[in-house]
Amino acid sequence: MAEIFTSAFWAEYGGILAEGVLDTVVMTAASTLFAYLIGLPMGVVSVLTQPHGIRPNGPVNAVLGWIINIGRSFPFAILMVALFPFTKLVMGTRLGLRGAILPLVVASAPFVARMVETSLSEVDAGVIEAAQSMGASTFQIVRKVYLPEAMPSLILGGSITLIAIVGYTAIAGMVGAGGLGDLAIRYGHQRNVPSVMWVTVVILVIIVQAVQSVFSRLSVRIDKRLK
Amino acid sequence: MSEPIIQIQRLTKNFGGGPDEVHALTDISLDIRQGEIFGIIGLSGAGKSTLVRCMNLLERPTSGTVLVDGKDMTALSEKELRLQRRKITMIFQSFNLLMQRTCLRNVCFPMEIAGVPRPQARKRAEELLDLVGLADKAGAYPSQLSGGQKQRVAVARALATDPKVLLCDEATSALDPTTTVSILELLKDLNAKLGVTVVVITHQMSVIEAICSRVAILDGGTVAELGDVQEIFSHPSTDAARRLVYPGGASVSQYPSGTRAARLSFNGGTVNQPLIASLAIDCGVKVSILGADTRSVGGRATGTMLLSLPDDPNEAARALSYIRSQPYVTVEEVEYRG
Repeated sequence: MAEIFTSAFWAEYGGILAEGVLDTVVMTAASTLFAYLIGLPMGVVSVLTQPHGIRPNGPVNAVLGWIINIGRSFPFAILMVALFPFTKLVMGTRLGLRGAILPLVVASAPFVARMVETSLSEVDAGVIEAAQSMGASTFQIVRKVYLPEAMPSLILGGSITLIAIVGYTAIAGMVGAGGLGDLAIRYGHQRNVPSVMWVTVVILVIIVQAVQSVFSRLSVRIDKRLK
Repeated sequence: MSEPIIQIQRLTKNFGGGPDEVHALTDISLDIRQGEIFGIIGLSGAGKSTLVRCMNLLERPTSGTVLVDGKDMTALSEKELRLQRRKITMIFQSFNLLMQRTCLRNVCFPMEIAGVPRPQARKRAEELLDLVGLADKAGAYPSQLSGGQKQRVAVARALATDPKVLLCDEATSALDPTTTVSILELLKDLNAKLGVTVVVITHQMSVIEAICSRVAILDGGTVAELGDVQEIFSHPSTDAARRLVYPGGASVSQYPSGTRAARLSFNGGTVNQPLIASLAIDCGVKVSILGADTRSVGGRATGTMLLSLPDDPNEAARALSYIRSQPYVTVEEVEYRG
């Protein structure tokens, strides 16, 4: 383990570790972005179509609920393997960053949908009713009431999503995606260089801590209920 | 003045269906006149909140019609309904302000929805905050305000689209007595200044007494009584009205009918003012308390009391005029039908 502190270690592995970090960050950021593009509208529609929502719609709500639950109940490693043919078809490859992003999005969009749904459900029903009483349309209520009022909670949900996706990228690394998970498996397990694995672990811990503290602070800072 | 702004005809509202169907409102017909302050009172579960939500169609009536400013709300398309709602705005018991917006932006909110250009909306919002006495709180967030201040912001917000009707759903029920009085005065003031019709939903008799000219008493989803506040308070003719007008604890059957009685209502006087004792000492009239429902909140007395008056008309008159001379107490003689 002591070799971690030698310049020879960093000369040999520094480059691939940096690359691993970059790959993990890119995979996480891109997947989170696309997961929100899909999951946010799903979560919003799910809240609106609830029995006491402003657009109650049983069938739509039920179908969305199924999709979200099925998506959430798939273990990520299995989902990834099951999606291989589809990934290959859509992305052209099932390996590397390109191959990882699609299953990451598929796995995390339902997760995001559930997060968003929970955050929006916290918005006081009275405030929604007030907006309705002023003649706000459904779209206006979503854009001007639900999303801004739930923003502190949505941001906290965002940190949970990001951290979950960082975890998923490590699993993705086991089946051919790049990133820190890939390094940990290849060096720590297959080539018997555990020190590389330990460095990746430390880096992952730092990334998760950083995401959590930045988002928590941001959530508190923008929340006007606490002033 | 007497042109109806809201006409409710044969309104019925049921919730659910089948064996679990709840009849919230049954065959309600009433007119609310332009420019008046109309009260709707009832115990909880009487259907007041449902009735007020049928006026702006937050609840769709099962049958019957609701005309607001001549338009049948139940026949409007969704878009027309949204436009019409700008004429009949609402304030709430829990204020329902947007917590992530400043007061100014809360007041701007209905104007944003209506598509009013931003500079114009800001200017109007500033005027409205000034009107409700909160010009200095424009940049504050709701969490920084007291309950009374929040309700003032809500009132300003409700006035932003120049409504013809302001619906107040238990708007003072979450406020302390002193703040309640100030909000009621604000409503009365706005009614006089702007001519906006005010509909007040409450379970508190004192609120009706303070500002309403006419009242509907709701009981079990129907209108038990409807008329001038003075008239109904002095001659309650139904059980529902008597339950509200006479304080809790007055056992109606105990006294022979025709007992002369006076109904007192305390509006925030200090509690250490021994009214009944001073009545006996200062004018030598002895009365007994038929029932009372008073409480002291922060050293201020609120509530009602029912006194039996002496049979001698002179003594009774003396007692009434003595009580009338006291601050924070209103009194009226009532026909106490056992």
